Amino acid sequence: MAKPKLVVIGNGMAGVRTLEELLKLAPDMYDISVFGAEPHGNYNRILLSPVLSGEMTLTDIMLNGEDWYRDNRIRLHAGVAATRIDRVARQVVGADGRVEPYDRVLLATGSAPFVLPIPGTDLKGVLTYRNISDTEAMIEAAGKARRAVVIGGGLLGLEAANGLSMRGMDVCVVHLMPWIMERQLDRMAAGMLQASLERKGLRFLLEHETSEILGPHGHVTGVRFKNDKEVEADLVVMAIGIKPNVELAAQAGLHCARGIVVTDTMQTHDPRIYAVGECVTHRRTSYGLVAPLFEMAKVCATHLAQFGIGRYTGSVTSTKLKVTGIDVFSAGDFTGGEGTEDITLADEIGGVYKRLVLRDDRLIGAVLYGDTVDGAWYFQMLRDGQNVSQIRDHLMFGQSHLGNAGHQGQQRAVSMPDDMEVCGCNGVRKGTIVKGIKEKGLFTLEDVRKHTKASASCGSCTGLVEQILASTVGGAYTPQSTAAKPMCGCTDHTHEEVRRAIREHHLTAIPQAIHFMEWRTPNGCASCRPALNYYVQCAWPHEGKDDPQSRFINERAHANIQKDGTYSVVPRMYGGVTTAAELRRIADVVDKYRIPTVKVTGGQRIDLLGVRKVDLPEVWRDLAMPSGFAYAKALRTVKTCVGSEWCRFGVQDSTQLGIDIERAFERMYAPHKVKMAVSGCPRNCAESGIKDVGVIGVESGWEIYVAGNGGIKTEVAQFLVKVKMAEEVLEHAGAFIQLYREEARYLDRTIHYVQRVGLDYVKKRVVEDAQSRRELYGRLLYALEGERDPWEERIAGHAKREYEEIVL
Amino acid sequence: MKPNDLEDAMEWIEVCQLDDVPVLGSRVVKSRHGSIAVFRNGDNEAFALLDRCPHKGGPLSQGIVYGRTVACPLHNWQIGLEDGAAVAPDVGCVRRFDVRVDAGAVFLKL
Repeated sequence: MAKPKLVVIGNGMAGVRTLEELLKLAPDMYDISVFGAEPHGNYNRILLSPVLSGEMTLTDIMLNGEDWYRDNRIRLHAGVAATRIDRVARQVVGADGRVEPYDRVLLATGSAPFVLPIPGTDLKGVLTYRNISDTEAMIEAAGKARRAVVIGGGLLGLEAANGLSMRGMDVCVVHLMPWIMERQLDRMAAGMLQASLERKGLRFLLEHETSEILGPHGHVTGVRFKNDKEVEADLVVMAIGIKPNVELAAQAGLHCARGIVVTDTMQTHDPRIYAVGECVTHRRTSYGLVAPLFEMAKVCATHLAQFGIGRYTGSVTSTKLKVTGIDVFSAGDFTGGEGTEDITLADEIGGVYKRLVLRDDRLIGAVLYGDTVDGAWYFQMLRDGQNVSQIRDHLMFGQSHLGNAGHQGQQRAVSMPDDMEVCGCNGVRKGTIVKGIKEKGLFTLEDVRKHTKASASCGSCTGLVEQILASTVGGAYTPQSTAAKPMCGCTDHTHEEVRRAIREHHLTAIPQAIHFMEWRTPNGCASCRPALNYYVQCAWPHEGKDDPQSRFINERAHANIQKDGTYSVVPRMYGGVTTAAELRRIADVVDKYRIPTVKVTGGQRIDLLGVRKVDLPEVWRDLAMPSGFAYAKALRTVKTCVGSEWCRFGVQDSTQLGIDIERAFERMYAPHKVKMAVSGCPRNCAESGIKDVGVIGVESGWEIYVAGNGGIKTEVAQFLVKVKMAEEVLEHAGAFIQLYREEARYLDRTIHYVQRVGLDYVKKRVVEDAQSRRELYGRLLYALEGERDPWEERIAGHAKREYEEIVL
Repeated sequence: MKPNDLEDAMEWIEVCQLDDVPVLGSRVVKSRHGSIAVFRNGDNEAFALLDRCPHKGGPLSQGIVYGRTVACPLHNWQIGLEDGAAVAPDVGCVRRFDVRVDAGAVFLKL
């Protein structure tokens, strides 16, 4: 049977992005052809400004060359505009008369620059700024002419003005409104921006309305305004806005408002015809930034691929000006007014201005000038509609969401030279990341991670990489909303949706779960299977089926894999306390199996490194100690100080409580590793302040702190509650951990979970509501009941073939 | 036997039963070519690759198997089970061996 035919009209970023998404989902579904009025492949329109300013060249910004169309068997009619859609005969007609029949049409006709209805716009030397040929014309004009006037002080106008100025022209920006970029900036930020652009040599005429472009001999000579003033000009660039290209759609009888009207599934009035990009009007809004186009493309592709899922519900956009050396960021609604509250920080001399607008405890708008480091963080909260009442007092000072190590303490990507290392795990320099983003056309953090490996390991430098991405692609960068992020490429469901379905529909095994939730892949992937395995067992203790093949090798083999394929073995030493007999057995094992390295760990126990996998069961047998779970997303160790038994300062028996906690909660799996500590006095020698659960003994009882972290990003644990008795510590700590086990996303540490739900919520469930606490604690104890030591099971012969090799 | 044809010098050797290999898992076979990872996927297909990730030599046999892919346990490179090639944008390839399943037994061409 012949494939259905998909005809794409418009060869720009929106249309091609939709095709890319479609090809990922259903590579062979359609016979595809593309009409493109411009005579080349798809290029990265948002990087036209660096081309204009001379920082990049045209070849740098090509996204899809002709080979891409060929490789994907797409017929590209380059340089051929589509002139008519015949909806009765179901065919699209090109300007040269060629005809493509269709089953589906994708309209991605984009937008055209708005031209002022005044005399003189047809003079030589009067240009708009929209595509490659406009850019080329401007570059050519800049080589000959000296004085340029840019009409329009918006994002595009300023980027054009800056580009021309960098090419040596004397540039004057004319703007109708009292301040520049009034749709993105408030007066204060705009004033600071204008001042710094003036220092770069630009001039501004605000509140000037152009009445006529002058040019008695066919070429522009100047501009006249309504107030009768005139300025001289050899080049005039109009950048006052865009209007969606709707002529073709309107001619075909499709319903158009400002743009082509589409539904949440990106369909026009004719369900065979889809439309995406700047040419559409969706819920009365048309967008001129690239991020919404990508979101539309994704939704449209799922419907074209007949997955029938996903709706486009509109975009919140953010803006970043792509002018080298100037940092401006804005997002959301910052007009203020009734019912809103402002938080502002203004340092005019230092060149920093930040304004956050809140309504009902939620961030609704943000304007940043000079220091835009936290732009992505604010934008994410804005999109997620997160309640910020709890972090309000330090909201203005940003998240500082960078890890502490691996990038020389740098917090701001702009100030880093190109050869400075950003990612200390994979040795990636800033210049390499920028080059990757530009040359490979990367727009998302995931893409940058995949292609450059920056921030792909520990993630400590994620914030820096996001900044580099944002400053390279400008407003095209949208941080993924974590609230609605699918678990992985196998599904569109979020972690929360998956956990809920497992609970509510009694799903007790992975195959059943992925069948029920209609996974796109037959058996998931290396990312979702471990998560599902945990979710199933957490929701259904003693009933959920453990699938060893869905566990990462460390949890499957019950030892830590090392770089050479050997394993490390860490036996449990409750509370960090050991005996001469244990130490002797350890020493004997080291000798007998010729274990190359013996190391004391940070968690107060002993690591035997370089054990061959085939030797593991025998090593465990000879050790005769329980598994330390040092390899698992589970309770690791409870670190203790000496405490009141020996220490002259100790006021509580921290060692004993640590041992009791470790015995109570050992073999407890969790979304990520869990570390605990107990200190016997406020000197806190066990470092309880950076543990998932940290306990500090005081004269009158115990203080419990939660959600600390000493790794990638140091996080100080937050005070949860103070209790009198050791048993109460167990109940509170257990209830907190059970809450985390039940509600966190797989691979989230306690800090990530608590940041997401808020400490107040945790206190409500664990401290204030005694019934809830007892239930949580009860569920934890039930889950741990009868759980056997995995080493002991394997000594007895369980999972034998995991450790056996076949020798030929 | 043509002496100049190395392919012909190789013969099918029975290594184990398919049921000795866990579904969505693997076994390590020690051979004169080094360690070979024999995989079994969700459709009961068998594959064999040299047990060395083209990235940093990680033991692919210890990875998570899904579809026709294995994720290396060291740095999560995705390696195709059929051709031994890394999934883009990573670049690299590991040696593969012909596999045949006959009456429940797994044969490698070695």
